[in-house]
Amino acid sequence: MSRIVHKFTRTVPQWQPRVTPVDLQEASEEQLDALSVTPSNTKVSAYVLTLAHDVESLKVRSPLFNAIMYDPGGMSRAERELGAIGASMVNRCIYCAAVHADRHAKLEKDTAVTDELFAKGEKADLSPRNRAIFDFARKLSESPVAADEADMANLREAGLNDEEILDLILSTSLFGWANRLMHVLGDPVREEVSA
Amino acid sequence: MTIFDSTTLSAAGIPAGSATGAAAETRSNIFEATQAAEDAVLRPKQAGAFPHGLRAALAARIANAAGENDLAERYLAGAGDMAGLADPSRDGEDEGLAPVVGFADKAANHTRDILAEDISTLQAAGVEDADIVRLCELVAFVAYQLRVVAGLRLMKGATA
Repeated sequence: MSRIVHKFTRTVPQWQPRVTPVDLQEASEEQLDALSVTPSNTKVSAYVLTLAHDVESLKVRSPLFNAIMYDPGGMSRAERELGAIGASMVNRCIYCAAVHADRHAKLEKDTAVTDELFAKGEKADLSPRNRAIFDFARKLSESPVAADEADMANLREAGLNDEEILDLILSTSLFGWANRLMHVLGDPVREEVSA
Repeated sequence: MTIFDSTTLSAAGIPAGSATGAAAETRSNIFEATQAAEDAVLRPKQAGAFPHGLRAALAARIANAAGENDLAERYLAGAGDMAGLADPSRDGEDEGLAPVVGFADKAANHTRDILAEDISTLQAAGVEDADIVRLCELVAFVAYQLRVVAGLRLMKGATA
């Protein structure tokens, strides 16, 4: 049996789709191409198989995702992860928050920031720079957007330059997208350990 | 066609030569990929249950609910006879689309409150799984694009 995970955690759960994913055996040429399925690579996650229902979107989203999160220059990778975490906490995407908190902790070689965020949410005790980043990410993720001129001024005061601010806008907004797939189309679950 | 002609940068009012525009140019691949994503989500070759006009109307509806009126106007240009749905106070009943419209609104604006039942309600209304994924991609992309536009506008204000 598996149970749904409701609390923020860095231990990445399984993702269980609420719709039936594409069956690899019945996938079209276009789907196989978008899934990068080759005879030597047939392992595809349930999440990606679910998104393969809309193959045109899947094809363009993966390169965009990678560019926003990993392209060199601009904001550090850990700080981009903080944008992703801010969005995922607002949208309560437990799965996304876990994956990106785990990445943040590994990049920083420190769990302090994500421990604090998961324990205290927006009241977390953060460095001034992380505070400005997290608050901006959180407010940009609200519906409607709650970020304002004062939040932008806080980013500048905390020392962020234009390229870093742009990367924060992009990584936070990208998780406005990712959360609306992960959290809407499936459940984060963990196998029950039987006694 | 430069990145400054893309929907995102033009809706945010970011011209080439501005400080924000210069930052955007360092990520021109991302603005190009964002435009490609918009084309794939709003005007796909395989539209499934959601023709381009309906997609444009739902996108405009989400942008309107977020107060992103310039972006909403740009989406609305493609909405045709579905344009009425761009008004967030309409529930889609007249178009026979109440379940789709209700789901789109909740996924866009109350994401954290979405439950498994919201998906099963769509399924019970006859929406195919593939179309549920298409609808989520549409809502999710618009949620992304409107936040990039809102963020860029704040950034521009701060460097002016």
